[in-house]
Order: sequence, then C-alpha cells, then structure tokens
Amino acid sequence: MEQLKTIGRELAIGSHGGWGQSKEFLDLVKSIGEARSKAEEDRIILREVESLRRRIAEPDVPRRKMKEYIIRLVYAEMLGHDASFGYIHAVKMTHDDALPLKRTGYLAVTLFLSEDHDLIILIVNTIQKDLRSDNYLVVCAALAAVCKLINEETIPAVLPQVVDLLAHPKEAVRKKAVMALHRFYRRSPASVSHLRLCDNDPGVMGATLCPLFDLICADVNSYKDLVISFVGILKQVAERRLPKTYDYHQIAAPFIQIKLLKILALLGSGDKQASGHMYTVLGDIFRKCEQSSNIGNAVLYESICCVSSIYPNAKLLEAAAEATSNHNLKYMGVDALGRLIRINPDIAEEHQLAVIDCLEDPDDTLKRKTFELLYKMTKSTNVEVIVDRMIEYMINISDNHYKTEIASRCVELAEQFAPTNEWFIQTMNKVFEHAGDLVNVRVAHNLMRLIAEGFGEDDEGAESQLRSSAVDSYLRILAEPKLPSLFLQVICWVLGEYGTADGKYPAAYIIGKLCDVTEALLCDDTVKAYAISAILKICAFEIAEGRRVEMLPECQSLIDESSTSHSTDLQQRAYELQALLCLESQAVESVMPLDASCEDIEIDKNLTFLKDFVQQSIENGARPYIPESERSGMSNVSNFKSQYQHEASIHMLRFEAYELPRPSPAHVIPQVSVPTPIADLFPVPETTYNSETSQASKLPSVAGASSAAHGIKLHLDGVQRRWGKPTYSSSSGPSSTTSTEKTTNGVTHIDGVGSQSRDKLNESRRKQPEVSAEKQKLAASLFGGSAGKTEKKATSTQRAPKGNTRNAERPGAARSRSPEISKEKAAPSVPDLLDLGEPNPTSTTIVDPFKQLEGLVGPTPMPSPLDNSVKTSGFETPDLMAAAYTDLPPSGSSSGSLSSTTGDMYSADKTSNTATSVPSIKKGPFPQDSLRKDARARQVGVTPTGNNPNLNKIQVLFLFNRKIKVIIHILDKITLFKNTFWNHHFVYG
Amino acid sequence: MIHFVLLISRQGKVRLTKWYSTYSQKERTKVIRELSGLILARGPKLSNFIEWRGYKVVYRRYASLYFCMCIDADDNELEILEIIHHFVEILDRYFGSVCELDLIFNFHKAYYILDEILIAGELQESSKKTVARLIAAQDSLVEAAKEQASSVSNMIAQCVAAHCRPLLDNRVEERGCS
Repeated sequence: MEQLKTIGRELAIGSHGGWGQSKEFLDLVKSIGEARSKAEEDRIILREVESLRRRIAEPDVPRRKMKEYIIRLVYAEMLGHDASFGYIHAVKMTHDDALPLKRTGYLAVTLFLSEDHDLIILIVNTIQKDLRSDNYLVVCAALAAVCKLINEETIPAVLPQVVDLLAHPKEAVRKKAVMALHRFYRRSPASVSHLRLCDNDPGVMGATLCPLFDLICADVNSYKDLVISFVGILKQVAERRLPKTYDYHQIAAPFIQIKLLKILALLGSGDKQASGHMYTVLGDIFRKCEQSSNIGNAVLYESICCVSSIYPNAKLLEAAAEATSNHNLKYMGVDALGRLIRINPDIAEEHQLAVIDCLEDPDDTLKRKTFELLYKMTKSTNVEVIVDRMIEYMINISDNHYKTEIASRCVELAEQFAPTNEWFIQTMNKVFEHAGDLVNVRVAHNLMRLIAEGFGEDDEGAESQLRSSAVDSYLRILAEPKLPSLFLQVICWVLGEYGTADGKYPAAYIIGKLCDVTEALLCDDTVKAYAISAILKICAFEIAEGRRVEMLPECQSLIDESSTSHSTDLQQRAYELQALLCLESQAVESVMPLDASCEDIEIDKNLTFLKDFVQQSIENGARPYIPESERSGMSNVSNFKSQYQHEASIHMLRFEAYELPRPSPAHVIPQVSVPTPIADLFPVPETTYNSETSQASKLPSVAGASSAAHGIKLHLDGVQRRWGKPTYSSSSGPSSTTSTEKTTNGVTHIDGVGSQSRDKLNESRRKQPEVSAEKQKLAASLFGGSAGKTEKKATSTQRAPKGNTRNAERPGAARSRSPEISKEKAAPSVPDLLDLGEPNPTSTTIVDPFKQLEGLVGPTPMPSPLDNSVKTSGFETPDLMAAAYTDLPPSGSSSGSLSSTTGDMYSADKTSNTATSVPSIKKGPFPQDSLRKDARARQVGVTPTGNNPNLNKIQVLFLFNRKIKVIIHILDKITLFKNTFWNHHFVYG
Repeated sequence: MIHFVLLISRQGKVRLTKWYSTYSQKERTKVIRELSGLILARGPKLSNFIEWRGYKVVYRRYASLYFCMCIDADDNELEILEIIHHFVEILDRYFGSVCELDLIFNFHKAYYILDEILIAGELQESSKKTVARLIAAQDSLVEAAKEQASSVSNMIAQCVAAHCRPLLDNRVEERGCS
C-alpha cells in the first residue's frame, strides 16, 4: 500500500498532462488506491461523481475534456457507482467525427448501456452510418458496439449492413461481422441465415466456428455434410499448417482445435458414419498432445469429451482412458472420468485411489466435482458410503445453492438404491434435519407416503414395525432444538397417523409432544395445522377405541389459541377438533377410520344424483339453468329488458347494486337448506372441491350415478414409486420399458434387457494396490462388492407391484384390445409408472385443452352443468393414442383424475397434471367455472399457505375419510349450486 | 460463453469489469462482492475453478491481480484459463512487461485490448500478432497515443520496482499449471 502511495505521489508530481489525462484524474486514481476501506473509496467516488455531474453539464465543454470526463465516469461506474447522468454524453460522443473520441464514446456506451436501455435507439443511427464508413477502424468500433448493444428489435436495422461486411477486404472487419452475426443468432435465431465457413484468414475461420457451434447445437442433422471439412480443418491445424502466430505455447492453434473438437463431438454423437471420419484425426491428437502445459491438457480434455460423445471406438476410448490417468489437473480429470464412466464404468475403478484423494482434498471445488463423479457411479452396493459422505459434506457447507443440490442428490440416490427401508428413513431424516428447508416438498410427501404404504410388501408385521421405528426415531428427533418446518410437518403427520398404532406410547404422551412442537419453536402456521390435525387423529383413534380422552391443558390452550388465530385454516382445524371431541365413538370411527390414509376416494363430480331433482323442478315450472357463458351473449339484453319491465317508471341508468336474491319460490328451498347445518359442522376447505371440479371435465363418465354408493376403490395406477430406477442414463430407457411392459401384462418378473447393462458393471472388481488401510477400505466400499446388484433388482420389482397389480387386476380392457393399442398404451405410460421425477407428459395428452374447449363451446342443452364433463370425456378423438386413453380407464383417465384427489397426497409431481389442467379451467365456459373461481378466491383468502394447495388437500384427505367426505362434498356442492342457481334465477326472473 | 470478466486486486479492489450478459448495477456489485470473497479466500494450492450459482468461475492470479472469467457450466475451464493467459500476454506485449499500475491508469486501453480478444463473450482472435496489429493501428490514429503509452511505461519503470512487478514474471505465484 505504501508503495502504491509513493508511486501515486510520484506519478502525480511528474505527470503534468503528459499522460493525456489531467492531474485530477491521476489524483483520483491515486486516492482510490490509498483508500483504506470500502467506505472511504465510496466517499471519494461519490465526491468525484458529484463534481463530474456539475462539470459535464456546463455548456461548451471542450471535446478533449469531455473525453476525459467520460473515462472518469467509466471508472466510477466500474467501481459500482451510478453514472447514469453521463450516459447521454457518451452517446453524443459516438457522433463525433474524430476517431479517438468516437472510440471513447463507443467504449463508454458499451460499458454503460445494456441492450434494453432506452438510449440504444439514439445510437442505432450512428452505428448504421459508421458501418458504412471507409475507415475500417471506425467500422470495427461500430461492430464492437453492435455486438454489445443491438437487441432483438434493432437487429433488422443493421443486419443487411453487417451481412455486407462479411465480404469486407479487411479480415478484422469480416471477423467482427461474423461475431456480430453470432450475437444476432443468439438474440433471435431466425435472423441469421448463412455463414461462410471457408475464409482464407484463419482468424475469421476461427471466429466462424463460434456461430457454427450454436447452429449445429440447434440442428445437428443439417450440418452433417460439413463433417468432412471440419475434420479436414482439424487435420490441417494438427499438422501445423496454420500460420505460426496462432501457435500458443507450442501447440498449434489450440483454441481453434478446441472449438473444432466441440463441434465434432456434436456432429458425431450417435452417428457411426460421421464418427468414422473422425477416428484417425482424434487418434492423432491424442498422440500429439503434450500434457506438460495447461493448454495441452485443455485440448486433451476436449478430445476426451469428444471421444466420449461420439460413436464409441474401443481404441480411442483406450487412449482416452490412458490420457486420463496421466492427467495432471485433478479437477478436469475427475470431470473427464465422469464422462468416460458413462460409457464404461470400469475405467473409474482403475483410478479409485486418485478419486479418493480428490475427495479428501482441501479444495472445495474439487470435492464437489468428485461428488458429482460419485453420484454418477452410485450403485446399490456403494450407495450407503456415498450418501453418508454426501450428507457429512452437506452438513458442513453453508452455500445454500449447493446444499440444495446435494440434498436433492442424496434424496435421489436414496430413493433409487436404498438397501433397506430403515436406512432410507434414517437417511431421509438426516437430510431433512440438516437441509430441511431446502428440500423439495415432494420429497416430504414421498416419505410420508412411503411410511403410510409401506413398501408394497404384503408383510403387515414388517410395515407396522417400520412405522413404529419411524415413530420412535421421530420422537427422539423432536428433542432437537431446531428443526426445519418441512421436517416438522412430516413428523407431525407420522405421529398423528401411527403414533399410537403400536400401543407403545400412550396417546397423551404423543399429544403432549405435538403440543410441544407447536409451542417450542417459532413454528409457522403450516406446522401448527399439521400438529392440530395429528392431535385430532389421535383423539379420534382413542375415542373410537372407546377410551376417554382427557384434554391436556397445553393442548386445550393450543386449541383456544388456534380457534382465535388469524389463520382461518388453523381456526377451522381447531373447531373441527372440538367438534370431534363431542361426537360419540361410533360416529368418530366412521369419520376417522384407523390407518385409512392410503385409501382412495371416489366422488361423483357430475352430481348425477341431482338429475331427478332438477328434472322435477323443471317440470314444476322452474326455469332451466343456463350456464354463465351462454348467458354472456344475451345477458345485457335480458338485463335491460327486465330492468325496463320492473322499473319502467324510472327512466335513468341505475348505479346501485342489485339487491341480494330473495328467498322466493318456497318449493325448492326447504330441500336444499336441510343439509347446510351439517355442512357447517364439517366445513371442507374449498381446495378439494376446487381441484375436483377442475378435473371433472376430463373425467370420463366412469363414475356414473351410483359410484358414490358402490365405488370406493383403490386406484394406484399412475402413482408408482420410483424405487429401483436403473442407474445410468444409457440403460434407463430400455430397462424401464421392458419392465413396464411385463408388468402391465401381469407378469412380475424382469429379465434381460434392463439388467443387461448392469451386468456389465458387475464384471471385474479386483486388485487394489497397497495404500493406507483406511483409504483402501473406503475404496472397497465405493468400488468393490459386486453382490447385491441382482438382489436389489429383485427387491425393487417386489416393491413395484403395488402400483402394477392395479393394472393386472383390470386386465379386461387391456387384454381385449388389439396388441398395437396396448403397446401404444404401454409406451407412453412408462414414464408415468417408473419415473415420477419428471413431469408427466402423457397425462397432458388426455387433457388437450383445445379439444376440451372445442367440446365445450357448442350449444349446451338444458342440464348442461351436469352434462359438460361427460361430453368432453366422450369426445371423439381420431388419434389412436388418445382413443386408447379415453377408452382405457386404468392408466390414462384414472391417473388423471386421481392426480387431483389422492395423487396429490402421494406425490407432488402429480401437480404437473393439475397444473396443466388449470389453464383449461379458464377456458371452460360452463357455470362451475364461476363457482371454481369463486372457490379459488376464497381459498386464497382462507389458506395460510396459498402457495401450497397440496397441503390442504392432504390434510383434508386425511381428516375426512371416504363416505363422510363424499357426502360433505356433495353438500358443499349443493350449497354452491343452490346459490348460483338462485342468483341466476333472480336475474332472469 | 463468457458472461463477464473481472479484474480484482488482492485487496478486493476492482480494476476492470466487462459484462457480456446483462446485469443491473446492483447485481454487479453483488457479484463482485460475492466472488471476491470466494476467490481471495482460496489458498494458493487449490484449483483455479469455482462452481458458482450454476456457472463456473475460472480465475488466475498474476502478481497481486486476479483475472476472473465466468463461464457456462459446460465450457472448457482449461481453455478459459488459457484465454486469460492469452489476454495477459497481449497486455504484456502492448504495455511492455505489464504491471498492475498500467491497468490502473490505463484501464480504457485494457478495455480496447479486451474488446479485440473477446467479443460478445466469445474468443474472437487467438493470434497475438493480429491483435497487436489492430491495436497499433487504432493507436496510430490517436494523437500522441504512442507517446503516452511509452511515457506511461517509462514513468512506471521509474517507479518503485517492487510494486510494479510485471504480471508475467511472476510465474511462481501462479497456480494450477503443472
């Protein structure tokens, strides 16, 4: 620092203008250099900015002076201060004729403005002029500005000129023009049509590779014909036929080589013929690459990437693997290994000790990269070690971004390879404990589902053992001082469902614990809501058993507090709990049957049972219900008319609102008003109703009129877990298809294709050189031990059936279908069954919103609110696949409808279904639409967690079971239906 | 693609910034603060790469100056590392054994040079000679530019030698190249 001071002083003294910059500026730089703190620096700059603001606004600032001001502004801006007042002066400076000033102007403008800045429009004209300039330096300056400033809207203004410049005699201009086109392409891909690859100047050729890379990324196939010329160029480069100036540290034009290798990797991937052209030149590069320098390694790394992405060639792979072993930079080495491992997992084993070294390296970046590698090579044999390591590492880092990532990876690996259920639950607990708030909600729901459903094994004993072990561990964990809210939710739920199931803990103990949860921490309303529901469940179980529940004082105070809470959701739960306590055991048992969380509920969403009533009313002279959308056209007219009739005496516009509907015709009201008190007793949050109606339109009429009475069945077809998903992306495709095809046909064993790729992994696990015992042990646990692989597969299939048996159980439809159709069906449903991780595209096909719309727009007959959904679901789809879906309730439709009701409780992925259906709601022109909007609005007001509708659904589903719930829904619907019915009635009458 | 280039001194002072992707002034300050915290804290024996917000930051230290470039996750880090070196070599050739002070007082020159090497976040020219020729051509049009440049280097040459350590002579402090 002192040194800098002295220099600054000397400079300031000795430099009277000799620098082209004034003393003031040098002083500024000097004082910034001397500043001891950021605050001091800020003060200096602020002073500078103020003085500049004053001086720059003075009239007739000399141009030279202005140039310096602008440069000082750039300096201020660079240090993070706002210099926006000077932008316009920088823009003006670009108009200047003198090149130095113009360049300064352009420089400042490119540094100041972003491409969407308002001032851009003022520069476009100057740029256009400058692009036509005779002086190539002016053109270069303008092109540099083009590369930074031109946005999508202004591309057309300069595009023709830039294209013309591709033929400019100066290579510097051609090169910049190419880069500008590249930039245009990035901004708006449609604007760039043609690029010349062949240019005499290697610089321009090198620049052209940038846009070509992007173009090829976008569309590989149309550039296949260029493979030979690319290979030719690469060959020339490798043979040092380019000018010497392109050499860099004795490597021939490495940057161009790297770009070419990237392009070749794209072109050669999965194309045997194209790859064939590349083998020789790639082999050459491997041979010539020297690994003593960074750049040599860079080229080497790129060629490994290329080799690993093109059609595999054994010899090259060998060379690549060999190169990796000598690789100096661990980071790149690890990455390269990660790429190679996808093709041949054995390679990593040769470097296992190096990998372990990396894992213990103090360098964080390297560790992360290594974890990435481990993640890629995780198998059921080493999952425990790897996940433990990951969690250990996760606990120690503070970077939330990465923590989230590693947590989700832990979860993913645990879900895929968990050796035992206990281990899985323990692991999940750890993840939640340490990164709970960063984990996806879906994971929590998965865990709950897992505990609820068990693992698909028939062994009830094992399930209950699992549950009680979960309860044990959660009770233990609750002693921890601070737990993430998501984890608390899971704990509450599990304690509520299974806390008293094995009779180990008295209800009062569990309730006390739950109350502690709500009191101890600053827990949010969601957790409280979970806790109250859990208490409710426990009380219900107790009452149903005939035992008396004595209210603990803290529980009572919790209820009191909640029933006056700001959150209406909490209030509601508290009142529900109170109401339940007053019921007798019989009633409670049917409200809250034990262990009913896995059962499904079917609801007659079409209200078909009301048809008779409606019919009767109409016969009695009631007006038919006209959906709101139908009304919209004529409502104005009829409104006018009725208004006119009713208030003929007042010939003026009416501004006050209509009065509320009066309870007019008496013959309808008594019937509907009966259920309302009950509805008040069991208020149901609107969410459920809401989501169901949103699904109603796509629900085929399977439910039928009597479904409420007879059909409460378990639909688990679309909600298969993701256990036992294959490891490597290469093998995941085939194995998953085969397994589902098998299982859909009712066969539960798995053979050949899927495990074939795994067998490869099993080969050769051997010899480790003598190193420290600990490392060796770790190495062994990471890489060794080929057993368990096949067992694992077997268990995973055992677990699978829960979902699949559903398919098997309803073979009628599937079997009677022609083979093509069932195949058609099986193929798209694969991701649905085996991979819940990805949003499910197949279900969206069922719900094509346009078709839905089409079906709805037509004139709707009388009892239209009830008919609409039936009509849409029966909508004739010419498409074979769609037909298969609509015809086959098992996979398509039921999973669609399930997703809204129970599916949500099982996995949040299914929300992708509901999400897709949401937009279509708005289009649906039927009257329920309005109800739904209404309900949604209320829901937003009601739910404390408006952003998490799943929560409510889950809660509700667990709270009210089966029939009771169905009835409540119906009541709810009737109330709403009644309301709108009368509203309309009034309007028309 | 390179998203931005940062030059930070060992004390965390910003010497040069160039943004190829759009960042607001506020974001820029935040990025600089965050990255200088990360990079300056790293020990000398660690790798030159940081994974950061889904991007990678490649940095390299020359004397007391850190050159950082932020790239996409799928870019080749070693290449970027060498682009940094390429840039430094060109600076060195232009200023004549460049040191931090050259860049402090002539940051706009450094910007011009950077503009000749990188454009829109891509390497546009890998030949040092071509870049040098272009810069020279531009400077010849600027009155007294050469004079200035030489006077700067003369001036600096007279200054306390220790601080004006040429960036490139300082290979000892460089990491990751073996």
